[in-house]
Amino acid sequence: MRAFSVSDVVFLIMAARWTLLLSAFGFIGGGVLGLLIALMRISHSAVPRWIAIFYIRLFQGTPLLLQLFVVFFGADMLGFGLGAYLSALLGLSLNAGAFLGEIWRGSIQAVPKGQWEAAEALGLPAYPRLLRVIFPQALRIALPPTVGFLVNLVKSTSLAAIIGFVELTRAGQLLNNATFRPFTIFGSVALIYFILCWPLSLASQRLEARLARAYQR
Amino acid sequence: MNYVFHFGDIWAARDEFLSGTLYTLRLSAVSMVLSLIVAVFGALARTAGPRWLSIAVASYVEFIRNTPFLVQIFVIFFGLPVIGLRLDANTGALVAMVLNGSAYTIEIVRAGIESIDHGQAEAARALGLRSFVIFRKVILPQALRVVFAPLGSQFILLMLNSSIVSVISADDLTSAAQDVQGRTFRSFEAYLAAIGVYLTLSLMFTAVFAGVHRVAFGARGARS
Repeated sequence: MRAFSVSDVVFLIMAARWTLLLSAFGFIGGGVLGLLIALMRISHSAVPRWIAIFYIRLFQGTPLLLQLFVVFFGADMLGFGLGAYLSALLGLSLNAGAFLGEIWRGSIQAVPKGQWEAAEALGLPAYPRLLRVIFPQALRIALPPTVGFLVNLVKSTSLAAIIGFVELTRAGQLLNNATFRPFTIFGSVALIYFILCWPLSLASQRLEARLARAYQR
Repeated sequence: MNYVFHFGDIWAARDEFLSGTLYTLRLSAVSMVLSLIVAVFGALARTAGPRWLSIAVASYVEFIRNTPFLVQIFVIFFGLPVIGLRLDANTGALVAMVLNGSAYTIEIVRAGIESIDHGQAEAARALGLRSFVIFRKVILPQALRVVFAPLGSQFILLMLNSSIVSVISADDLTSAAQDVQGRTFRSFEAYLAAIGVYLTLSLMFTAVFAGVHRVAFGARGARS
């Protein structure tokens, strides 16, 4: 047993970079998938819509931890072991895709119907209608819940520790094995997560309040 | 892709899966009920309590909601013994679930209370009811009706989150799957089976809550 020193704090902060990196890439992967899911979900043909609904139900209706396990062990069993880092990234992206897909579908559908009709009346073809009329307005509606979801994503990355990804939580575990000061170490780990997440939570609330005011007018 | 699935070992361990499932359900139900009790008092403190208490509750809610459940479990299960409070895995899991769940439930109940028109409390006061009676008999029943749907979603989230207590080897479904995979080396099958159970449960509860909502509050109360 040794003391908890400044270098340990530095070690945790360095590990927090991996938490941020995993969150950022998870958001990119989840964003691409989410956009696809949102578009499939509002599609006029039934098959893509059903696939999207099934996808959302599956990933929102099961624990993320087990999704990570299935990706991690499943890929291994199927003969293309991904390792902890890629498995965590893939699992988080798949999961984030379902949540972002639902958020963004809601935002697209929240754009008033008159906007679709007006764009159609102006003779805009389907894609410019979506890209230049609907998306810019949906983006404004989507921003607060998307930032709110980022908080969840950052917290979710802690589960990657369980499959062996050395990010903030795993670093805390390793440090605890060496120093055995669980209260100090996991308290510090929690504090670092709080410092990462709280500004995002506040931003999400602010953005939501601003949006609500804009729609009252 | 020449992997051959063997669900035989999983089927042989069905009793373990079943008892894990029952434990997960019990843990989720008990923590939901306890969270809800904490939440009613927490939301009361937040909306009508003295300033210091309101700030204390708000800080608790913010801290829990902005840190990962996994780290909270570590603080409770590994941290508390240092100050002399040793919990076994299942008690630690329950404490963590209630502490975590309460923060979310407080916010839901508070939103419900704040959605009730001020006229309700004013009318009750005009009738000469005491503050406590107004809260218990007028505000709370209406607020609970408003928050029924979000509480239902919260229960499902709680149940899915409960899989994380497997890290301290509680007796839950995910732990059962881990035990089975450790013994049979059929990790893919074991986790797929567990995922299937969780999915069934969450779809089932979604349907049940929607049904109860329709019967109890009618179509008018449906989420809009």
